[in-house]
Amino acid sequence: MADYEYLVEVNDLQMHFPVKTGFFKKTPLKAVDGVSFNIKPGETLGLVGESGCGKTTVGRTLLHLYEPTGGTFKFKGEEVTSKNIGRLRKEMQMVFQDPYSSLNPRMTVEDIIGEPLDVHHLYESKEDRREQVLHLMELVGLNAEHATRYAHEFSGGQRQRIGIARALAVHPSFIVCDEPVSALDVSIQAQVINMFEELQEKLGVTYLFIAHDLLVVHHISDRIAVMYLGRIVEIADADELNENPIHPYTLSLLSAVCVPDPIKAKANKRIILEGDVPSPLNMPSGCPFRTRCRYATEQCAQEAPSLTDRGNGHMVACWNK
Amino acid sequence: MSEQKIRKINVRVANPKPHRASSDHPVLSVENLHTSFITDSGEVKAVNGVSFNLDAGKILGVVGESGSGKSVTAYSILQILDQNGSIVEGDIKFKGKSLLEYSQKELDAFRGNNCSIIFQDPMTSLNPVFTVGYQMNEALKLHTKYNTTQLANERSRQLLEMVGVNEPEKRLKQYPFELSGGMRQRVMIAMALACEPDILIADEPTTALDVTIQAQILELMKDLQKELGMAIILVTHDLGVIASMCDEIIVMYGGRVCERGTAEDIFYRPAHEYTKGLLKSIPNADNMKERLVPIAGTPINLLNMPKGCAFCPRCENALKICLEEVPEELQMPDGHFAACWMNLRNEYVKEHGKEVS
Repeated sequence: MADYEYLVEVNDLQMHFPVKTGFFKKTPLKAVDGVSFNIKPGETLGLVGESGCGKTTVGRTLLHLYEPTGGTFKFKGEEVTSKNIGRLRKEMQMVFQDPYSSLNPRMTVEDIIGEPLDVHHLYESKEDRREQVLHLMELVGLNAEHATRYAHEFSGGQRQRIGIARALAVHPSFIVCDEPVSALDVSIQAQVINMFEELQEKLGVTYLFIAHDLLVVHHISDRIAVMYLGRIVEIADADELNENPIHPYTLSLLSAVCVPDPIKAKANKRIILEGDVPSPLNMPSGCPFRTRCRYATEQCAQEAPSLTDRGNGHMVACWNK
Repeated sequence: MSEQKIRKINVRVANPKPHRASSDHPVLSVENLHTSFITDSGEVKAVNGVSFNLDAGKILGVVGESGSGKSVTAYSILQILDQNGSIVEGDIKFKGKSLLEYSQKELDAFRGNNCSIIFQDPMTSLNPVFTVGYQMNEALKLHTKYNTTQLANERSRQLLEMVGVNEPEKRLKQYPFELSGGMRQRVMIAMALACEPDILIADEPTTALDVTIQAQILELMKDLQKELGMAIILVTHDLGVIASMCDEIIVMYGGRVCERGTAEDIFYRPAHEYTKGLLKSIPNADNMKERLVPIAGTPINLLNMPKGCAFCPRCENALKICLEEVPEELQMPDGHFAACWMNLRNEYVKEHGKEVS
């Protein structure tokens, strides 16, 4: 295998869905429109944005759950196509948002966690499979006696642990986590976040951590990318992004966060964005954020800004800032 | 610590002084509320003795995990519980008069005129087969002087404008599915405000929304509260929202109040083990580089409530007495209240200068 600096290299990824807008007419819905980023081995990249900005689509497109309509994705220096994805899924896995609908209610926990092992033929005998499953369950903090139970017998946090064990079954080096903690109670969230961090230390896995809770993302990520309407508008080191945001959208996003600290929260001046996110079927010309941006100029309407480096890998896509 | 010793201390702290912030004439007072649901698997005791006073023009935050009884408390006030649920004990008084003695007619007038609610999910709480205008007019015609379609339409338009919906005239003719999540929530708020209630109950009003929309809605609620002077009960699990909105906070667990006090009391001087754990388990600006400290275990099963303190099975510092007896509320030196045996124990240790077994 070729040498690689980045485990994941995404270049100009596009995912356009054809949507029927008339009897014969089809318009492309640009869910992801030219997204590029890299992730180093063992790193966590956080992906944040409002609902409908395409962050989930990015995650799903990487694993070819949707066939991308443009751009390239290199994994360990090797380009991922529909031909080799079957083999590469052994290295790339996904943890889904909703632990209630992503587990088959008719399968026991042992079969849920063992299914990836079946698919990739990763065991020699029944005993070996069982042993591997039990080891995985121990890794995510489930008891061995839970193996024969069904998903509905577990609480939300435990189900998410099952989902994580299933993703870990094939010893992947890259896991896409799509809002893995947003459906969980506050006190359980911390348990799952800690587990993600511990597993990374123990197994050296790389995460793409998709979430909308900026405090959670800041806590778990090394770097953070901010998405708006299918594009990345800013990408930087987690601390750098929080202390020194540049893009006007990032600024308003960070100011909208409710900090759990009454004095800070009441002193916080929110930058309230006017209006709603434009429909991705009818995107504004040029910079997608210009309709809600207070710095917007003529140039923004004509040409979309691309990501430029503002020092130390702090990339921003904005003409005026 | 032996039960006898605890009891001795308990005598001293019984009859705590009334909370310094509560006035003599609260607009709403909930006294020892118990609400239960009868299900096939047994009686679910969702609320087990909740008491609080709500003063006019204040924002009261009720915070807790799922199953802590915070929504059921809100529904009990409006008496919109499911058929299998009922208030089994306690009282709810609106301006001194018990709501439980209201006739159906009086209740109908109370809901809407005096108290209204914003539900969590705006999509399922708006009727999909009627236009926004029709649904808004319904409340206006029933409860206010805008009792003709023309007057009600005009008023609805004003209300939508007030909550920041653009093109209100067009929106009135649209159906809920044609609006975005933030718009729908604004419509819900406009409906709740239609009759200018004294009390607005907001049950997780921003949970289904994005942060930027959440910021818009919270600012809106604050502005409206100042303008109209109503009291708000804000029910949520999001400590960030509570911190930025509320004057007074109640922390609930297992259908009981663990701790009550001002925002500063709760966030800077928590005195209940659950509140302490909760604050440690959320990421904030100061613990970004550290591991979070989660609360072990899983949320409580209301079918199988522990005999003593509801939080005891998950509590790190649980004492023997926690298993046996429900702690009473005890006033802290700074004036806020917490129901935790640990405080009594610490008091005892301080007084006697030695560790108790």
